[in-house]
Amino acid sequence: MRPTLTIERCQLGSESFVNNETILSVKGLKTEFVLDEGTAKAVDGVSFKVDRGQVVGIVGESGCGKSVTIKSIMGIIQKPGKIVEGRIFFRLKQNEELVDLRSYDSRGEEMRNIRGNDIALIPQEPMAALSPVHTIGNQLVEAIRLHRNISKKEAEKVAVERMRQVGMPSPEERMSVYSWQLSGGLRQRVMIAMALMCNPRLLIADEPTTAIDVTTQAQVLSLLRELQSAQELAMIFITHDLGVVAQIADYVVVMYLGKVVEKGPVDDIFHSPGHPYTKALLASIPTIHTPAREELPTIGGSLPHPFNRPMGCPFHPRCAAFIPGTCDKIPPTLTKISSQHSVSCFLHSENLVDTQ
Amino acid sequence: MSTATTDPEELVDFDDAVLVAPNWKLVWWRFKKHRLAFYSGFIVILIVIIAAFPGFFSTQDPYESATRGSFMPPQGIHIWDKGPAFYAYAAIGKRNQTTLKMEWVVDEETKVPLRLFGRGYEWEVLGLFKSNIHLLALRNPDVDKPIHLLGTDRLGRDQWSRVLYGTQVSLSIGLLAVFLSTVIGIFLGGISGYFGGLTDMIIQRMIELLQSIPPIPIWLALSASLPRTWSVTQGYIAITAILALITWTGLAREVRGRFLVLREEDFVVAAKMSGCSRMRIVFRHMVPTLSSHIIAAVTLAIPVMIINETFLSFLGLGLRPPAISWGVLLQEAQNLQSVALAPWLMLPGVAVIVTVIALNILGDGLRDAADPYH
Amino acid sequence: MLAFILKRLMTLPLLMFIFSVLAFILIQAPPGDFVTSYVAELAASGSSVDQLQIDALRQLYGLDQPAYMQYFKWIWRMLHGDLGISLDFQKPISELIGQRLLLTVLLGVATLIFTFAVALPIGIFSATRQYSFLDYFFTVFNYVGVATPTFMTALILMWLAFSQFGITITGLFSPEFADESWSWARVIDLSKHIWLPMVILGLDGTARLARILRANLLDELNKPYMEMARAKGMPEWRLVLKYPVRLALNPLVSSLGWYLPLIFSGSLIVATVLNLPTIGPLLLRSLISQDMFLAGTIVLTYFGLAVIGTLLSDILLAWLDPRIRMEEA
Repeated sequence: MRPTLTIERCQLGSESFVNNETILSVKGLKTEFVLDEGTAKAVDGVSFKVDRGQVVGIVGESGCGKSVTIKSIMGIIQKPGKIVEGRIFFRLKQNEELVDLRSYDSRGEEMRNIRGNDIALIPQEPMAALSPVHTIGNQLVEAIRLHRNISKKEAEKVAVERMRQVGMPSPEERMSVYSWQLSGGLRQRVMIAMALMCNPRLLIADEPTTAIDVTTQAQVLSLLRELQSAQELAMIFITHDLGVVAQIADYVVVMYLGKVVEKGPVDDIFHSPGHPYTKALLASIPTIHTPAREELPTIGGSLPHPFNRPMGCPFHPRCAAFIPGTCDKIPPTLTKISSQHSVSCFLHSENLVDTQ
Repeated sequence: MSTATTDPEELVDFDDAVLVAPNWKLVWWRFKKHRLAFYSGFIVILIVIIAAFPGFFSTQDPYESATRGSFMPPQGIHIWDKGPAFYAYAAIGKRNQTTLKMEWVVDEETKVPLRLFGRGYEWEVLGLFKSNIHLLALRNPDVDKPIHLLGTDRLGRDQWSRVLYGTQVSLSIGLLAVFLSTVIGIFLGGISGYFGGLTDMIIQRMIELLQSIPPIPIWLALSASLPRTWSVTQGYIAITAILALITWTGLAREVRGRFLVLREEDFVVAAKMSGCSRMRIVFRHMVPTLSSHIIAAVTLAIPVMIINETFLSFLGLGLRPPAISWGVLLQEAQNLQSVALAPWLMLPGVAVIVTVIALNILGDGLRDAADPYH
Repeated sequence: MLAFILKRLMTLPLLMFIFSVLAFILIQAPPGDFVTSYVAELAASGSSVDQLQIDALRQLYGLDQPAYMQYFKWIWRMLHGDLGISLDFQKPISELIGQRLLLTVLLGVATLIFTFAVALPIGIFSATRQYSFLDYFFTVFNYVGVATPTFMTALILMWLAFSQFGITITGLFSPEFADESWSWARVIDLSKHIWLPMVILGLDGTARLARILRANLLDELNKPYMEMARAKGMPEWRLVLKYPVRLALNPLVSSLGWYLPLIFSGSLIVATVLNLPTIGPLLLRSLISQDMFLAGTIVLTYFGLAVIGTLLSDILLAWLDPRIRMEEA
């Protein structure tokens, strides 16, 4: 029998992490890239969960491991990358137990049936994710015919229907069009339509608005939000832009160097951020209240080399609240500061006094 | 709790070094990582040394013929005879009275002692002075007959020495032809890429036209039109020019493509702002930046030229005897009869293959080093 | 698509005009003309020719006229289907070239098919199993294949066949079929002989194309659309064939433009060694004997084959790649 969460729940004890609405629960995920130069711990013990109808935003700078996290979930990590630890629990059907996706062969048929069917991806750059020599229709039809045993005609009907759903003007004609003949916004709509082809239970959007201009960005975001709430979809939304998170997410996970440094409901994160990194990120967003012609605060320093991670808290070399002798010695752990809000920082840790 | 397997200190130093290193140093570091190309570089250097001093490595005057020494098979060198030794067995040739061909048997009774750095025939060192020192020589040159490491040809000439002398011609013709086509290619490609517009259009159409022509018939027709009365040197120059005439187009295209990118770079704009003339910008600022790419492209063009010269000479339309090139030597092996009688006549082909492989691997390595994001 | 092909066809006459001038110049380049070498030949064999006879010969072949007149006459006759007479063989050129041309094209097409049939699987395999044993093996094969002049391969195989098996592998026909007219038996005889020159000619190209395909594929394999296809749940082999191979094919098809002419003219050298009845050895002989019209016709034939090859590859590329098709139409 596949390991299900019932067993796991006993082990986790007090942390009543999972409820009946939970679609995905990631626990202690670690993904590494073993290279000649060393091992890069791209994802280093990440845990979070997504409930039905919930949008979880994962935020962090480029290279913090957001994309690797979702690739790990989908089982499309390519060599030399490898998941070394952790569990990825996913509920395949409502009212069924959660199953560990890691127990499937990532290239095997079972996992392939989940990808694209139950978990769908909206990629970062629609232009690059679409083949330039195949028509839009061809790629949409392929998405559903991989999972449903239906005729090409029927598949085309579904494709047109989905394109209409995502607000594509004259969808029938767009079927025979190539990706490079569409505008950036329309291309992203195609990708959303493609993700919806099989009515997935979990939608993963990997920075879907970075490659398009601001006005179109707003349209795509509201479209996603609409679709998500209409169908009560579970969604993971990855971005480096806290402003975008504020618009779409219910729950926020902040990542730094492969670790979750803070997570909590979107209001808590924005109104009472606990981690200095989250605070710094928030401070660097221009608001309507920011005085004109004043330099925005930035985070000093740069991301450390992936093979050369700092000891202790990964953020300490750039941290404004750095405590010498603690932050550079001991890695902090995630600590709850309210029922749903936890922070990985010694500023919020009772352990601090003990170790000093 | 560092996760790195490498010492982090070292990594930091490395990063700093990388940041300040000039471009050629970066290229060199990347090149050194490409092991195979690095070793091929040594082979190429060895071939160049042979091309410079063929006389030192050869055992006999390449033009010296012996009527009673034709078609002798290659002789081996032995280094063990109940203890370290250095000798070859003598070969006895008899003329078959019915076929009138020379037939050879190895005489294991007679040993021909050899030595390193011995004296032999006189050769010219780079045309400056004469020497009679050879890498491999007979211990008793007055008594023993010369040995033939790669056998002899129809006229009894020593093939080993001829292959070595052929290196000089084949390699230099490749180098010279590539040099010529590089000059044309960089000049026209640079002009085309920098000026753009009508100039670019005309040059590009010309290149397209030239590239759509199959080169071999043109080479043949051009080489056939060379007067038979021309001297070896005249023929050499003419063949080089003919080879270069068509191959410059590839280089010109490559240079132009790079120029189009470079033209937008800040340092070119800066040079323009500070009032440099166009020619100065092209040839002082842009060409040097391209040098690593050009070196790689040139290295890859040389083997092509060497093979083309071999083709032409093999067909009897390139260099003509008494000139010695690998193609001229291979002409001796042109038909089944000669190959069946003396298969070692194909050995100059091995020289071609080894040289071309070494140059190709070296060129690939250089290209990867010059353009890691290719 | 149609507009694209028409546009390409429009440039053909101009190209052929330029090439015909070029061919003519090339053939005119040698000092002296056919009569000069003919007279020299006669003189060498002891008989002498007086100036009157020489002039008569020149007039007969139109060699006394200015070069441009000779060119226009040549082209004019050629446009009317009259290729002229070979001065050397004393036969109509069309008769000399006819069957040889057919065999040249046949050999070329066979080589092309062989090359793609072998290079495609090798390229795909090497790219998808990068750094595997077979990938290294094919890499070595590539370097050796590119570095070995085709005539060397031909010589070595010829020698091996002769010394090991005692068979002679020259020509495209067995002796009894060499001068026969076409029959079913002759076609079968041809198919028994053509494979060897085909393999020899194709070896170099196979190595190159497999290498190009491998490099292109390696580029394509890292593209985001691969990840997208995986995220859709596509089986690995199917997505490799549908997306990257399909995309990597484009540069390969455009390489046909230079590869096909290369096969045709490259066969010249192999044909000389293996003594094949193609137009290559005929060109060599006509160049040496300064048989101007014959040489000119053959050079022009090679140019024509090259132009057709380029045209075909352009059309094929446009058919394969919608970006080109729509841009140029």
